[in-house]
Amino acid sequence: MKRVLVAILLIVFVISIAWVLQVQHQNQTRVLTISTTTSLYDTGLLEEAIAPAFKEKYGIELHFIPKGTGAAIQDAKNGASDAIMVHARSKEVKFMEEGYGVNRKIFAYNFFVIVGPPEDPAEIKGLSPVEALKKIAEAGRSGKAIWVSRDDGSGTNTKEKALWKMAGFDYAEIKEENWFRRTGTGMGATLNYANNVGGYTLSDTGTYLKFRKDGLISLEALVDKGEELINIYAIIIVNPEKFQKDFEGAILLAKWLTSREGQKIIGQFGVDQYDKPLFFPIVSVLEKKEEPIYDWILRYGLIEDGDKLTECPQRYRYQSSLTFFEVNQT
Amino acid sequence: MTWEYVLKGIEGAFEMIASLDVEVADIALRSIKVSGIATLMAAIIGIPTGVALGISTFRGRNVLRSFFNGMLGTPTVVMGLILYLILAPAGPLGSLKLLYTEMGISFGQMLLILPIVVSFTASSIESVEREIRELALTLGASRAEATLKVIREASAGVLLAVIAAFNRAIAELGIALMVGGNIFVRGGALNTRVLTTSIQMYVARGDIDIAIALGMILLGIVFVITTVSNFLQSRWVLK
Amino acid sequence: MGVEMIRLVGITKRYGETEALRDVSLEIKKGDVFAIIGSSGAGKTTLLRIISMLETDYSGEYYLNDIDVRKNQEDLRKCITMVFQKPVMFNASVFDNVAYGLRIRGLSSQEVESRVNSVLELVGLYELRKKNAKKLSGGEQQRVALARALVLETEVLVLDEPTANLDAGNVQMIEAIIKEITDDGVTVIMATHNLFQAKRLANMVAYLNSGELVEVGSVKQIFESPEKEMTKRFIMGETYF
Repeated sequence: MKRVLVAILLIVFVISIAWVLQVQHQNQTRVLTISTTTSLYDTGLLEEAIAPAFKEKYGIELHFIPKGTGAAIQDAKNGASDAIMVHARSKEVKFMEEGYGVNRKIFAYNFFVIVGPPEDPAEIKGLSPVEALKKIAEAGRSGKAIWVSRDDGSGTNTKEKALWKMAGFDYAEIKEENWFRRTGTGMGATLNYANNVGGYTLSDTGTYLKFRKDGLISLEALVDKGEELINIYAIIIVNPEKFQKDFEGAILLAKWLTSREGQKIIGQFGVDQYDKPLFFPIVSVLEKKEEPIYDWILRYGLIEDGDKLTECPQRYRYQSSLTFFEVNQT
Repeated sequence: MTWEYVLKGIEGAFEMIASLDVEVADIALRSIKVSGIATLMAAIIGIPTGVALGISTFRGRNVLRSFFNGMLGTPTVVMGLILYLILAPAGPLGSLKLLYTEMGISFGQMLLILPIVVSFTASSIESVEREIRELALTLGASRAEATLKVIREASAGVLLAVIAAFNRAIAELGIALMVGGNIFVRGGALNTRVLTTSIQMYVARGDIDIAIALGMILLGIVFVITTVSNFLQSRWVLK
Repeated sequence: MGVEMIRLVGITKRYGETEALRDVSLEIKKGDVFAIIGSSGAGKTTLLRIISMLETDYSGEYYLNDIDVRKNQEDLRKCITMVFQKPVMFNASVFDNVAYGLRIRGLSSQEVESRVNSVLELVGLYELRKKNAKKLSGGEQQRVALARALVLETEVLVLDEPTANLDAGNVQMIEAIIKEITDDGVTVIMATHNLFQAKRLANMVAYLNSGELVEVGSVKQIFESPEKEMTKRFIMGETYF
């Protein structure tokens, strides 16, 4: 009987110690929880480049929760994160409209790419994205090609839907056709599936280059030029009126990402491994108005605010020392 | 995927284990710690509950038994979702700050494996109960002593329950992912990356050999724990 | 000898609708070897369980040495022990099985050791004392159960069909042990369907039929000149076969 009591006390002791230690660590470390997309996370940019540099500079630990754009927004709405880093403008706007997000800053860009089997049955190589999709739909309907979609509400999927719309198709309708496959999952698994069935799909460059380099897929980048393929990443801070989060810390992060130091780290990432950067720093493009990218950013990355185009509309700015890029609409 | 590829992955796995990669060790130990604490919590709550359920004869007893049996097959991803909603700052238990922490995962896994501990314990007690209890009584034991004897007789079954619970906890993904968040900061003290979540992550990234290595480590842990418990059980029985 | 020890008055036990025992009254004296006979389902086991204080849900009165048992169960349980028809073994060595009752009573380990060993010698199981009791044969297990009860040196020993399912060799051995302890003056109450056994070992016999006590008397009386017709038929029927 006594042995049992001792055992119980020991167990309770162990559990309490674990809890206490955790609370202690929580109180000691300043943490920012950032919900983000899998495409940003899986390249390693966040964990390997941004987090260590930021921690060294400010002593703040960055906890990235990669979930996909839709889920990241959910996290923020549940009060689980201090800021989100995503790449789907329409959803970002809605996020701010609903009152959850403030102080949007864009910090990087790259391009999506339409990949497909080397044989290219739909003959889309070198075409513009919209033309390519039209041909794929045509080839698909005559049984010669397959399209693979993530259909998961991610940033990539959001771009895909926008492209289909530009090509004149209703995503909700065509996704039911039998040449249109949906994986409902992440970029890696979707690329694997497309590789296996010899289908076409839209991918972010980071994941595609990695999988291609590791020899996991033999899909080729068939359409990689065109303003519609631009992919712009933004950080949006959670509205302090909604949740008591580390607003100041998040502001620091947004500032640092768009600072010379942060931008440099972003631009250098992946060059050694893949011979080209996976992400492009955005600030210098805005400052120097480098065409044609500058134009594309204006069109796909900025938001309308009255007669201006801006990173973050006035009404979604919250008192801070951040400055926001804006330009008059022409 | 050809066989060569898989074999290459396994080969890479052995190399990684042999070189005692620090990151891998950190993840493996965390898996054991998190699921271990979950098991301890489930044991403290579940064993007395299972014993009470196994011994008792009150009217609602069978309903309660069926309830716990039914909970045995809960999909972890559903539990993970529910726990996420409850533990998020906007949720009812948000103030406990358990979301995206190790204790949060432990708490969630504890709820997952509690039915295992309760059900298995109750079953062992039931299969032992009546005759052992009467035997103890007739040999002069008081009611309390007789109950204790019943529990002691069923202890092999109770140990099995605890081991089964641990194995389920350490091998589940849904809760560790949704409640833990797979956080990893080098040298950080608040990481939540465990074996299952990292396997899932590396697979998504296409790093199959690391995923295989981690998978083998996970299987290894489960195997060792099960073997040790079998050994303890047989020692027990012979005593 | 001759002192009244157990007195049952009007014991009635119901299981739902059926009456397992109806209005059973009897007296057992100290030192008696009291056999309860009857066909299966007559209520012998139920009666023994009530006497051993394992059943508490019955009507009627039960006195042990003039003390009301129903009111003093926890204390009196140590005075009486029962050996079940089917032996139940603890998941432990033969030694630990037999030692359990003594350890519960708080005896020193030396005392436990000496008493257990001597009883094990008595039943011929000393060699097997370290073996796990669950691995023994049926006959060996029954001997363990008997040793377990004997070592307690209780005032009353209750045996439910102690040699049913055992082969002749084991039956002999156990009956010899029972004879030995009854010679020492222990009060034994045993249920048996084996009339020859009852004749061999007992001095008093009670005949139960469908929960009713038909007749009770000395061995000579019951077997040679039973009063009730039913008793006579039972004796004849059983001994005939």
